[in-house]
Amino acid sequence: MIRFIISRILQSIGVMLAVGLIAFALFTYVGDPVNNMLGPSASTDDRARLRTELGLDDPFLVQYARFIGRAVQGDFGLSYQYARPVIDIVAERLPATAELSLVAVFLALLVGIPMGIYAGIRPRSWLSKLFMSVSLIGVSLPTFFTGIVLIVLFAIVLRWLPPFGRGDVVMLGWWSTGLLSWSGLKSILLPSVTLSLFQMTLIMRLVRSEMLEIVRTDYIRFAQARGLTSRAIYFRHALKNTLVPVITITGLQMGSIIAFAVITETVFQWPGLGLLFIQALNFGDIPVMAAYLVFVSLMFVAINLFVDILYFVVDPRLRSGWT
Amino acid sequence: MTDQGLSRWAAFWNSDILYEFRRSPLAIVGFVVAGSLILSALLAPILAPYDPYDASGIDLMNGLIPPFWSDGGNMTFPLGTDNQGRDVFSGILYGLRLSLTISVSAVLLSALVGTALGLVAAWVGGWFDSAIMRLADIQLSFPAILIALLVDGVARNVLPQEQHASLAMPIVILAIAISGWVQYARTVRSIAMVEKGKDYVEAARLIGVNPVTIAMRHILPNATGSIFVLGTVHLAIAILTEATLSFLGLGMPPTEPSIGTLIRIGNDFLFSGEWWITILPGVTLALLVLSVNLLGDWLRDALNPQLR
Repeated sequence: MIRFIISRILQSIGVMLAVGLIAFALFTYVGDPVNNMLGPSASTDDRARLRTELGLDDPFLVQYARFIGRAVQGDFGLSYQYARPVIDIVAERLPATAELSLVAVFLALLVGIPMGIYAGIRPRSWLSKLFMSVSLIGVSLPTFFTGIVLIVLFAIVLRWLPPFGRGDVVMLGWWSTGLLSWSGLKSILLPSVTLSLFQMTLIMRLVRSEMLEIVRTDYIRFAQARGLTSRAIYFRHALKNTLVPVITITGLQMGSIIAFAVITETVFQWPGLGLLFIQALNFGDIPVMAAYLVFVSLMFVAINLFVDILYFVVDPRLRSGWT
Repeated sequence: MTDQGLSRWAAFWNSDILYEFRRSPLAIVGFVVAGSLILSALLAPILAPYDPYDASGIDLMNGLIPPFWSDGGNMTFPLGTDNQGRDVFSGILYGLRLSLTISVSAVLLSALVGTALGLVAAWVGGWFDSAIMRLADIQLSFPAILIALLVDGVARNVLPQEQHASLAMPIVILAIAISGWVQYARTVRSIAMVEKGKDYVEAARLIGVNPVTIAMRHILPNATGSIFVLGTVHLAIAILTEATLSFLGLGMPPTEPSIGTLIRIGNDFLFSGEWWITILPGVTLALLVLSVNLLGDWLRDALNPQLR
């Protein structure tokens, strides 16, 4: 067991070092920092001195190690675009993305699970068929187009909800939250629905297929034979067993929520990390790009590591092969 | 001669796959919609009333005309015009052509690379196999769209600014292809692993057939069905990815607009009420992806009877 966990942790560190290498290569090979700092008219001596001062003459591996060392401390230098420490900007933008993602996951579970249960219990009813067709459309609609359609409908035609931005935010320490003001709540509705749609269909399909499978098993038949109410059977016995895969998938999908947040944030001009990243890409803001790359990879590696270890703890069958 | 041709046609018509097809209304709808969209993309130069790449045909005076069914619209520009007076209908046709070219190329490239890596990994085994599969595992833990976004974004920042427009298409194709090879490699590898141990492969090896021929002629045909299904599903994803990259401003430039670029351009006019510039390309995109998804779903079920 310990060997398994250690090998998984080592692999995660390997992935992070590889991502760090890409981020570092970006820094090294895109643009010339000396040129950026001194301008094209500086003398050769000045350039050489600055190169030595910045450590740009050191061997590749030394520079890479220094970069990793700084990155571990959260130091990615100054943003080219804002001329402020990247880590401060990331900290400022993080709450917006975190809140958007969490609300989206919550919505996806809240709507997806009941729909899936219904479609699993009554697979032949017209409502289940409607759910399935709608879910196929949900998978096919590009996230950005869903966002645009929602903006047209609810912000432009009906004028119920704001089309972009985050509304008023309340500061809780360094964390800015939009969930405590009326305009903030109104603002988060459209983006979070847009973001959750894909996950919602995924969760619905998953719960449905799990339900379909479980309803056929012996213990459910037996429960029916015992004369339990269908409510007790479905919710007390069947649902519990569908929840394990749902929790796993939801955990793993947190990563893709963050990926799709880039798109949703661009459509709704939501001031989060995704929008920051897209702006950095278009501006050529290498430090911000590198920081986002490392940050998102860290998130994925951590989620995957956590899920793997959790499996191991939860399912004793996996353990035997490794002890 | 004609007799034989006829019976061949009859055999095709009565084959299992076509029988499945005729019985599935969703597959027929998907086929008709996807087919007509692809056909109109192919025939864009003939069907489109205007050439969107030809600046001399554009008249600013024709800007922001709504589609023919709204007030102020007319049949000269059936689906209206954008702010610069470009015909939306022609734009969609040419955009569709570009989007399909990019996504089909990306799918082919992905399938080629993935299949080759999967075959070699299964055949050679050892460190090469574990290296490829470990790489695949790691890549699978990231969403494909994020990988495409990162490859595309990084490639753009490495290349000089003035080459962005001319290299946009190869960059996007490469980004989508890199984000998609894993599925092919894993599937082909697992099929090849099973086939490798069978007697007929052993026999071929014993009589001295060279390994490349065995892989191509004997093992690969077992995987074609799966590759085909993966390819169809991947095509829908590739179309979506291309549109997303272009929408985010990281794909095709406005001078050579794909469907995603058209939606991006139109997005700026939403608030002033010119909805058609963005909604009409968006609906086309959604129809295309939906119909390809329908076909992919059906194909997966039809070629994989165990799943039912």
